Amino acid sequence: MPDPSVSLPPAFADLAPFGDWVLPTERERYDKRVASSMDELQAFYDALFPRLEEAVAYLEQVPYDDDMPTDAINLLWMCCSLCTVSFPVEAWRQPRVPDSGAATFNAVFEPAI
Amino acid sequence: MAHFAKPAEGSWTEHYPWLGTAPTSYADSTSPEYYELERKAIFGRTWLNVGRVEQLPKLGSYFTREIDAAGTSIVVVRSSADEFTAFHNLCRHRGNKLVWNDYPGEETSGVCRQFTCKYHGWRYALDGELTFVQQESEFFDLDKSDYPLATVQCEVWEGFVFVNLDATNTTPLKEFMGETGASLAGYPFGEMTQVHRYRAEVGSNWKLFIDAFTEFYHAPVLHVRQAVSDEASKLQEYGYEALAYKLSGPHGQVSSWGGMSPPKDLNMVKPIERVLRSGLFGPWDGPDIGDLPPGVNPARHKAWGIESFLFFPNFMILIWKPNWVLTYHYWPTSHNTHIFEGACYFVPPKNGRERLAQELAVVTFKEYALQDGNTLEATQTMIESRTPVTTFPLNDQEIMIRHLHHTVDAYVQEFQQRTATLPAPA
Repeated sequence: MPDPSVSLPPAFADLAPFGDWVLPTERERYDKRVASSMDELQAFYDALFPRLEEAVAYLEQVPYDDDMPTDAINLLWMCCSLCTVSFPVEAWRQPRVPDSGAATFNAVFEPAI
Repeated sequence: MAHFAKPAEGSWTEHYPWLGTAPTSYADSTSPEYYELERKAIFGRTWLNVGRVEQLPKLGSYFTREIDAAGTSIVVVRSSADEFTAFHNLCRHRGNKLVWNDYPGEETSGVCRQFTCKYHGWRYALDGELTFVQQESEFFDLDKSDYPLATVQCEVWEGFVFVNLDATNTTPLKEFMGETGASLAGYPFGEMTQVHRYRAEVGSNWKLFIDAFTEFYHAPVLHVRQAVSDEASKLQEYGYEALAYKLSGPHGQVSSWGGMSPPKDLNMVKPIERVLRSGLFGPWDGPDIGDLPPGVNPARHKAWGIESFLFFPNFMILIWKPNWVLTYHYWPTSHNTHIFEGACYFVPPKNGRERLAQELAVVTFKEYALQDGNTLEATQTMIESRTPVTTFPLNDQEIMIRHLHHTVDAYVQEFQQRTATLPAPA
């Protein structure tokens, strides 16, 4: 069932079940990644990655400015989550960076969008 | 077998003969006593980069910096349209910290018309002049002009704001930045206003992290799992060689190859990189920023990909071929801890696709930094341990490490000699 609380561009409305990955900061995206199981990360990756070309083509048409529509921003943030999730899925086979132990590296300032 | 030509002496290291080729000790990275010397001889005396002019966009914009290594907190403010002024963050009345919010130990920033002390309401103009004293008539012969904020030398190089905590310093910033700085002048740092800043507390001596980021010898090994497997084995077989190294005074630079933006063969990179056309080396379709200054890819080598600069003591600038910039700062907090700051600077994206390509570059940098940071804690604990091993070999691709520890030692020795000749305090 699509999550009505997260608006996505109409062509991507079917991705609404993954609306919990629409997160505005890198820190929230990373925290969600390390709190997820590999199955959860894989499910999100498998849903969005096949649509990524299409999403990129859509976002290329959207000027990056203060007037960026909410649905496009949500799609952008969901794709940013895919960047964060790509490491466990494509490289590490685990949510955390291997051998990173208790190390943290946190964003203290990033663009508003 | 060398893939890139080395100097006539046969190696980069021997091109700078004072460095020697002997194994190196890291005793300078394990002792609280040595750190105390570094604080006085280096962090209390050299120019330190504390930010960019874009962080202080208008009159009265300010930020504070906690510089533990120099034992102080400072306020940096845009005090007029084109002037930046720095102060010790201290009220002249009874020494309260002047600018802070909620937690006195945390850095803050904002915009103000004047600074007002939280304690007794003393006010200071943006140039540090004391302008208001609460119940001034209760004081004894108080002349406000005798109590301005204590200034700290503050100068700007290429939009980077520096301070020098040595009130007796007579070396202008431009002179300190030397030939290395001059060769970089004109790079359009000011156009790269899309910024992502990161911060980490790292359990190692500050120099060990600089060591890690001034050699790429580790990259094909430590980060091997970030590459796809065919590429990983190729990288390990090939190893790493820089195009060139250049040392100048306390500063140094490495020119590196970097054929990954875009890669020659798309199968060399991970699936998401192929779609987003981005990765560790940055977005493949970088903006046009015109000609590069002579210090960036000085040999104008076709295979060039990154120029890494270390401006002594703790400031690194990495300039990438697809026209974006990374900076690193290493702020010691004790002999075996420091705060690491990394910032990615891009020309602002024009659309959502470009924003996404930048995001992938930023988070890839984060993955690498997490691996590097934790490896350092492993190194620190062992060099501090009481093993019989006291010296370690360095290869020619690790020349920047040799140079850094050599330079630190030279500063400390010069400081010790100078203070030894001073009369003892009465």
